[in-house]
Order: sequence, then structure tokens, then C-alpha cells
Amino acid sequence: MNEVATENKNQKTEKEISRRKFMMKLSLSFAALSAAVAAIPVVSALLAPLLEQPPEKWRKVGMVGDFPLGTTKLVTFINADPKAYAGITAKSSAWLRHDDENNFIAFAVNCTHLGCPVRWEAKAELFMCPCHGGVYYKDGTVAAGPPPKPLTNYKVRIYKNEIQIQTKPLPITNITA
Amino acid sequence: MKKFFKNIWRWIDDRTGITELITPLLKHPAPPRALWSYVFGSATLFVFILQVITGIALSLLYQPSSSSAYQSLEFITNQAKFGNVLRGIHYYGASAMIILIGLHMMRTYITASYKFPREMNWISGVVLLIFTIFMGFTGQLLRWDSSGVWSSVVAAQQLGRVPFAGTWLAHLLLGGSTIGAQSLSRFYSYHVFIAPAGIFIFIGLHLYLVFRNGISEPPKAGRLVDPNTYRAWYKDYLKEKSVPFWPNAAWRDVIFSSVIIIVIILLATFLGAPALTGQPDPSVVHTSPTPDWYMVPFFALFALMPHKIESVAMMVGPLATIFLLFAIPFISNKGERSPLKRPWAMFGVLCVFVFIISLLVSGMKAPWSPDFKTKPLPLSAIKSPHPDSTIVAGVNLFYAKGCQYCHKINKYGGAAGPDLTIVGSRLSSSELTIRIVNGSNNMPAYGGILSKDELNKLVVFLASQK
Repeated sequence: MNEVATENKNQKTEKEISRRKFMMKLSLSFAALSAAVAAIPVVSALLAPLLEQPPEKWRKVGMVGDFPLGTTKLVTFINADPKAYAGITAKSSAWLRHDDENNFIAFAVNCTHLGCPVRWEAKAELFMCPCHGGVYYKDGTVAAGPPPKPLTNYKVRIYKNEIQIQTKPLPITNITA
Repeated sequence: MKKFFKNIWRWIDDRTGITELITPLLKHPAPPRALWSYVFGSATLFVFILQVITGIALSLLYQPSSSSAYQSLEFITNQAKFGNVLRGIHYYGASAMIILIGLHMMRTYITASYKFPREMNWISGVVLLIFTIFMGFTGQLLRWDSSGVWSSVVAAQQLGRVPFAGTWLAHLLLGGSTIGAQSLSRFYSYHVFIAPAGIFIFIGLHLYLVFRNGISEPPKAGRLVDPNTYRAWYKDYLKEKSVPFWPNAAWRDVIFSSVIIIVIILLATFLGAPALTGQPDPSVVHTSPTPDWYMVPFFALFALMPHKIESVAMMVGPLATIFLLFAIPFISNKGERSPLKRPWAMFGVLCVFVFIISLLVSGMKAPWSPDFKTKPLPLSAIKSPHPDSTIVAGVNLFYAKGCQYCHKINKYGGAAGPDLTIVGSRLSSSELTIRIVNGSNNMPAYGGILSKDELNKLVVFLASQK
């Protein structure tokens, strides 16, 4: 008699335990599901910058006549990805060098060390960085200081006497440099 | 009337249990003879609260938008009543938090309070340190002037050194592939929501651990920490000697924190917030981005470390530092706590302290940067008493060709290269020529830049400097 009762009780407890386990699993699965679904747009907002293909656009920066042979001048343009609410931060610039008759070179203004804006010292014919003393020659190669690689180039094309440069993402120096 | 309010309070207190909750926390037993050196942690907390409050006040006036944040900063600084003081408090508050959290950490290390059972106190503290530095950095970006814009580029470049994911991380930080509309929205979110949420969570944990594990007793040489017996010993110790945290131990914390906050407000009132450095226009290149002082040691390190290893060091350095900080309580969690018995540990603290301060000092001077503001060298400052036309031409070239940005002659010029005031007595004309034409490790080769005639004039001038 007693044995049967114990067995019954055990069966009951087992049933209760499996019921509890089921409730736990069920509720936690629902919680996980709701969290996962909510996470999709959240993570997408977080990763938004990686989900867009960085656009590259041709921008007019001046006429051939504005740039005498041998000079290097700062040109400003609107960056590749201007949002309507970017205001002044949509602006970007590059150093444009009229190298020889038909050849223009455009350099990103960002030092390849840590991205500070390099300035062209016309008489010294050097680009100099104010942050950590990086110096580049007129062809963009490193002359002194910490920069690990030459200044980044933009593509340049001439269309009906109009100089256009192809915008690019901000040049980021990687560990391999 | 007084009774009426008392009754209201009694009712609220009964139904909410405020006193029940707070009293044990306030009165919890603390070791006797608490020291003045124990005040830095609580001061960090109080200054953090000041930051939260002034931050909220600033958010009432600030526009978190790439296009108009700068104008709102100008409004806060120049027009809003007490706006500049408010900005100042938030700025000096940030500075104070960084100093105080640093001192708190040093004190914890010196008295080895991170040892058993307070390892997690230390670890949560390291997380708070990282958050605090992150807040300092992002806060500087929110000023969204030209330094803010370029500092964010510098940060993106540093992230760029992370292997494989570098460019992605840089774009995540900037909110896109370039500086633009989305950059400031991100920084705002990091600074105002994400990092503060983390700080609240970890301050909660940190304080909970202080109550759970108790305030560490002032160390005594020869009294060793043994994980097997420490908890029981500490319990007995408190039973015998403890004092209630409030007010016996905490009165110092309150006084010190109040003084710090008053000093912050005085600084803000009389020195004001740091000046804005111009429009956030990424196309303006004639600007010298300078980080706020607490970032200067990092900035200096990047100039001073050997260039060859830099790309790797920029990534490995911070990771190794963070790893080491987390590892400290695992490296030694028992034994001696007294600084007198841990000479190497004290030597280490001293080294770190000297290292950071030297980087800060040299970063403030930034001798590696070209001195773009140097004035042309006057003839009265050169050695030659009656310079001929060649020397005069040399003097002019010395300025025009940028030599003077990096070299000093008689106090005129930068400090990146050697002082050339008496270079003529060190180097012969032919040695000067070789150096100028070929350059060196840290000097451009001027061979392709100077004409023969210009080179000659420069050399004649420099040779006369003896």
C-alpha cells in the first residue's frame, strides 16, 4: 500500500518537475524570441555605417586654368555621402597638384599617421602635419616623421577643361602599413 | 504643522521602507582610523553625479547635430546665462574625475586593497576607468569644433590599426565612411546614453561590492591576507573595532568631495570653459588639432614611440595595458598588503606615474610638431655681425624653406630638429651640404627642393653660425 503511494507521489513529482522544466523552457524561449526580434532593428542601427556601400562620386573642383603648372592648391568639394542634415561637415578637401602638362595628382589631406590635416608649404615644397611632425614630399611620399605610408591619392579626370576628382572614404591606415 | 509633515514622512517611510534600506548602508561597520587617502573613490562618485547633473543641464541647451552643434556651443558659451560656467563645470568636472579615479586606483594598488576578497571591486573599477576615459574623449568630440572633428578622425585612425576589422571599426565610430551628418549623432549617443548606462551599472556593482566585502582595513606590515581565513578575521576585526561608516568614516569623504566640487566651480567661474577652436569644417586644413589635456599623454606617445613599431603598438599597447590591469588581482591576491613590504610594487607605481606625467609634460610642449607660427629670423639674431648679401639670402631661405619650423636659431624656430645656433662650429660646409641634400631619418632630403644657388646660400649662412 505504502509502496504504491510512494510510487504515485514520485510519479507526481516527476510530472511536476517536467512541467516546471517545460514552463521554464517555454517562457525563456519566448523571452529570447522577443529579444532577438527586437534586436534586429537595433543592431541594424548600430551597424548602419557598415551596411551601406561607401559611394564614390566624381566632383568638379575647378578648371584646368585655375592651376598653373607646378602648383599645389587646396580644393574643396562635397564628400561622397552627404546627408541632407550634414551642414558644414559635408565638406571635404584635397591637395591638387598640377604635375606636368596633362597630369594632375590629388592627395587626401589626411596624414597617414593619425589622419590630421597636412598643409602644403609652397616654398619648401613639402606637406607638413601639425600633429606629430609628419612631412611628405611634393609627390606625397614620406619625407620625415611617423607616417607609415605616402599620402592617399584620389583619382583625377579632366572633362571639357573641368577637373574632377573621385571622392573616397576617409583613408584609414591599417596595421599592415 | 511640524507634526503633520512628520506624519506624512512616517507614512511614506513605512510604506516604502526608505530608512530601512538606507540606514544599514549608512551605518555599516567600517574599519576604524579611516585615512584621508581613502577619500578619492567617493570624490570620483560625487564628481560623477555633478557631471550627470551638469550634463543634463547642458543637454537643455545643446543641439546634437553635425550641422548645428557648433552654433549651439557658441550660444552656450557666449549668450546663455551662466552657460560658460556650466560648460566649465562639466569640463573641469571631467578633468577632476580622471585625476580622482587615477588617484583612487593608485591608492587601491598601494594599499593592495584589490587582494582577496576584493578582486571584483578592482575589476569593476578598471571597467569604470575605461568608461571614464571614453567619456572624457567623447565629451571632447561633442564640442564639435575643429579640434573635435579632427580628434574623431585621429580616433578612427587608431581603431583602424585593429587587425582585420580596423576599417570597419573606424567607420562604426564615425557613423560612416567619412566625417559627416551621422558622426555627431553617434558621439552623442555614446556619450549620453551608452557609456553612462554602463557607468551606472558598474558603479552599482562597485558600491554593492564595497558593502559586501567591506571597506579594506588600513594595511599593517606583517598582517598577511590569507584567503582561507580572511573573511572570518575581517568579521571579528569589525566586531571588535568597527565604527559606523556615517559619520565616523564618511565625514572626510563629504568634506573632501565638497571641496573638490567648490574648486571645480571656482575654476569654471574664473577660467571658464576651454575656447572653441573654430567651425567643424573638415575642408579647413590650417588647424592644429589638440586634444584635451587628459588625452595628451596618448597623443605624445604616438609621436615619441619608434615609428616602425607604431602601427602595431597602437593596437597592442592599449590591449596589453587593459589586460594587465584586469590581471593584477589574479597575479597576487594574497599575502602582504603594506606598501612598506612591497617595494617592487611601489617602484612600479612610481614608474607608471612618472611615465604618464612625462608624456603629459612633453605632450604639452609637443616639440615634434613644426612651429608654423615662428617669425622670420631677424638679422640681429644671427652670429655674423656684418652679414653679406649671401648670408642675408641664406637667412631668408632658412625661413622660407621651412627649416625654421623645426630648427631653432637663437630662440627663433621649432624644436623638432637640433638647435642650429652654433651649427657652424659642429659641422663643416661640406657636412652641412650632405645633411641638407640627403636629409636624415627625421628630416626631409632637400636635394630635390633647393637649387644649387639656394643650397650654397643656406650653407654659407649656417656655416657662419659659430
